[in-house]
Amino acid sequence: MIGTRDRSETRLTQKIWQINWALVLLITIVASIGFAMLYSAANGNLSPWASRQMIVFAAGFVVMFVIALIDIRFWMRYAYIFYALTLALLAGVEVIGVERGGAKRWIDIGLFQLQPSEFMKIAMILALARYFHRLNIEDIGRPLFLVMPLLLVAAPVVLIQRQPDLGTGLFLVISGGALFFLAGVRIWKFVVILTSAVIAVPIIWSLLREYQQGRILTFLSPDRDPLGAGYHILQSKIALGSGGVFGRGFMQGTQSHLSFLPERQTDFIFTMLAEEFGLAGGLGLLGLYALLILYGFSIALRSQTQFGRLLASGVTVTFFLYAFINIAMVMGLVPVVGLPLPLISFGGTAMISVLAGFGLLISVSIHRDVRIGRHGDGS
Amino acid sequence: MKTDKTREKLFSRRAAILAGGQMALFAGLGARMYYLQVLQSERYRTLAEDNRINLRLLAPPRGYILDRFGEPIAINVQNYRIVLIPEQVGDIEATLARLEKVLETGSLDTKRVLRDARRRRAFVPITVAENLSWGEVSRLEVNAPNLPGVNIEVGLSRFYPLGPSVAHVIGYVSSVSEKELTGDPLLELPGFRIGKSGIERRYDAALRGKAGNSQVEVNAFGRVIRELRRDEGEPGREVGLTLDAGLQAFAADRLADERSAATVVMDPHKGDVLAMVSSPGFNPNAFNEGLSNDEWRGLVRDPHTPLINKAIAGQYAPGSTFKVAVALAALEAGIPPEHSSYCRGYMRLGNRRFHCWKKHGHGRVALTRALRESCDIWFYEVALKIGVDRIAAMARRLGFGETHDFDIAGEKAGLIPTKGWKRAALGSSWQKGETVIAAIGQGYVLATPLQLAIMTSRLVNGGFAVTPRLTRDRIEPEFIAPNPDPEFPSLDISKTHRRLVMNAMDQVVNHSRGTARKARLKDPAMAMGGKTGTSQVRRISMAEREGGVRKNKEKPWRERDHALFVGYAPVHAPQYVAAVIVEHGGGGSKVAAPIARDLLEKAQQRDSARHEITGDVAIVGPGKTEQ
Repeated sequence: MIGTRDRSETRLTQKIWQINWALVLLITIVASIGFAMLYSAANGNLSPWASRQMIVFAAGFVVMFVIALIDIRFWMRYAYIFYALTLALLAGVEVIGVERGGAKRWIDIGLFQLQPSEFMKIAMILALARYFHRLNIEDIGRPLFLVMPLLLVAAPVVLIQRQPDLGTGLFLVISGGALFFLAGVRIWKFVVILTSAVIAVPIIWSLLREYQQGRILTFLSPDRDPLGAGYHILQSKIALGSGGVFGRGFMQGTQSHLSFLPERQTDFIFTMLAEEFGLAGGLGLLGLYALLILYGFSIALRSQTQFGRLLASGVTVTFFLYAFINIAMVMGLVPVVGLPLPLISFGGTAMISVLAGFGLLISVSIHRDVRIGRHGDGS
Repeated sequence: MKTDKTREKLFSRRAAILAGGQMALFAGLGARMYYLQVLQSERYRTLAEDNRINLRLLAPPRGYILDRFGEPIAINVQNYRIVLIPEQVGDIEATLARLEKVLETGSLDTKRVLRDARRRRAFVPITVAENLSWGEVSRLEVNAPNLPGVNIEVGLSRFYPLGPSVAHVIGYVSSVSEKELTGDPLLELPGFRIGKSGIERRYDAALRGKAGNSQVEVNAFGRVIRELRRDEGEPGREVGLTLDAGLQAFAADRLADERSAATVVMDPHKGDVLAMVSSPGFNPNAFNEGLSNDEWRGLVRDPHTPLINKAIAGQYAPGSTFKVAVALAALEAGIPPEHSSYCRGYMRLGNRRFHCWKKHGHGRVALTRALRESCDIWFYEVALKIGVDRIAAMARRLGFGETHDFDIAGEKAGLIPTKGWKRAALGSSWQKGETVIAAIGQGYVLATPLQLAIMTSRLVNGGFAVTPRLTRDRIEPEFIAPNPDPEFPSLDISKTHRRLVMNAMDQVVNHSRGTARKARLKDPAMAMGGKTGTSQVRRISMAEREGGVRKNKEKPWRERDHALFVGYAPVHAPQYVAAVIVEHGGGGSKVAAPIARDLLEKAQQRDSARHEITGDVAIVGPGKTEQ
């Protein structure tokens, strides 16, 4: 990456032209739906959620553009560093973490509280993309070459399990698995891993904390304890179902506004949307998410480098997982794991981390034709 | 370069699979949404409504109880209480201290309020004080701005303006006990009261009314957001009684001079009970708030039995008042009115002597004089002639020895002995001496004041089997309809016989030698007739008789004679009957007759007023609540 000051400047304006403005527009639309829902969640008030969410979004927007405009080789080169730093933060949680509701997930850095596990979702993708970038198709067939990426996934998962945070741990396993799949790891290896995982279920079950076991049991049968742990899922289903086809109207959801719906500004915000805007609103948002995801894959396919492809698709898979797990959770399809709805749920770290992911996606798009050597140097 | 191409191809294929898989999963979410929001929508909509809508019961106001003129006997009054809403108050202790200053009251139960505040949710009102006076309410209103979160709530509580004088007839209301719960949620409302005795209990279903409800929207914590719908329910029905509240109050006042007494004043033709008082009474208003253990124990242990309605549940030897029945029995058995006995103060039967109340005797007496001067000897002899069973038969026709399906519970049957009864109950045969004392209403004979009033009524109303009633209406939970005036069957007692006895009863009061002469009503238009009675509580021993019978005043209260009187007025066209008993009061003529006189006089005086009142005051709205 040798160039004069002039060249880089001209390239900067070119880059700005190349930003995928349609993607940016889609992101803004989804985030705006989020603002509206947070406004409704506060019974028609900007505070305490909507206004703060707008500020976070604006900050995230800046982060996204900065990341998008930085040369992709920079991300390639520093992928491991970022990963190492985030891993260090995760380890730090264990030492200086702040405890909330029985789980230690946050680091207090004065202005706000940081959740390193959110950043790890991106950092791990970066690290895996860099690792697989240098492997050719034969290398991938060799089991020995899979040890390193498995460790890249296992290290944060172990740390996150100690917080404990079942959902994020699984999240990393799945998104990591998706990257293995995209990198070309043989299908039979997945079959072996999955089979052994099924065998390992009883063993893992015995290692789970009681509340984690409870969550899974409640998921399997939410009516088990309608006033206790099953209450959230039940109330969420009631809210969703009562929304009907066109919903009960903006700010008219009784379940949300009379506090029957728990966590309506964070994890269960999709339920509120579906209660107030019905099937139409829910499918609408699902459609917007689908467009974003397909957009992500199309960027990945157009990238000329394996790093770009893997990074773009990894970020897209991450985004998909956020949306899918959250929506499936509020509809009672998967256990309540405490995962936000991307771009909509109130919460700073998740918003920044999702927008950072989109920043990387746009960066891949802008730099799709940049060639990258085995270690991140141009060639 | 080539390897990179294959790698890219592999990636493209797998990315397509992955993207396709993701879209399929999204489609699955959409299907689930369709299932929940379209197929199951109705069900969840219902559940959502169940969640947010709470039904709150509204206690219906209890029906009023009115007297025959529409004067209120039992009403509801507003009861002001202070409630405090912790979340609006902030510092509860400081607020209570300020409240104490405003109310100028000693100490509020700060400890209890703080405890309640800790236990309940912060928006649930806590009662601080109840039954505020109007002065306290207004002081509180003035200071309201300084007492945020402190509110005055209004409830209804039962109030009996006549107080103790109606206690036995009307009864009282009190909180529902565990046993009385029927599953009706109304009964479980805190503070709900039901009738526990008397009319309040008998017609509780009609007086209670139907609960209303209020649909309120609540949030997940149970806080009321707003009222959606309100159904006021049905207020309790108004129950009208035959009682004359004025006469009732007067009678209670009059009886209050005695330690323990009871009276029944009734219309002999229709059976309307105009007054029924048992004295001493109790304050039915006190039962509303619940008595303390000490108060309750005091009432139960009082030797004057304030909790018992002696007018229907007190069983006494009727004494000479019973001679009315014996005289009628004798006449019907064929004893001519001229039949006479010679009274020398006692009668010998076997080796026993039966005394007349008059030590030195009445001389020769026939029926009229025997009743007028209450000569025992004439009745002893006549009774021996006709036998106890004929006396009993007449007594039963006149209403003794049985209950009369009266409106309020607790009625006692009394006792009219027969030969058969004694054999069955005591297993021994009847003795002639027992016939003798039965003839003067002593021995086994027991009657209630109500029965004495019935006897007199049946005599003076033309010989009809009148039964007493407290309401003229048919009172059902669903409706109240006026009953037609009852037609009572005739008792087939000869008019001549009735005339003879009534004439004698006229003389009891109005003849110069009548036993109740001193208690006569001087206005000839109001004059009364009647019969005195003095019943012994314990047998007078031979030793006592020889040493001179002690005067009642010299005996301890418990051993003194009961004083009785049955009377009616006006004497020639009877409209009112009164029966009076003063427990351990001494002589019937001295103690009971004057009370009966005052009651019958009052009843007749109020009679003219009645026609005026009936016209316009018959309808008394709930507005007329205070006396």
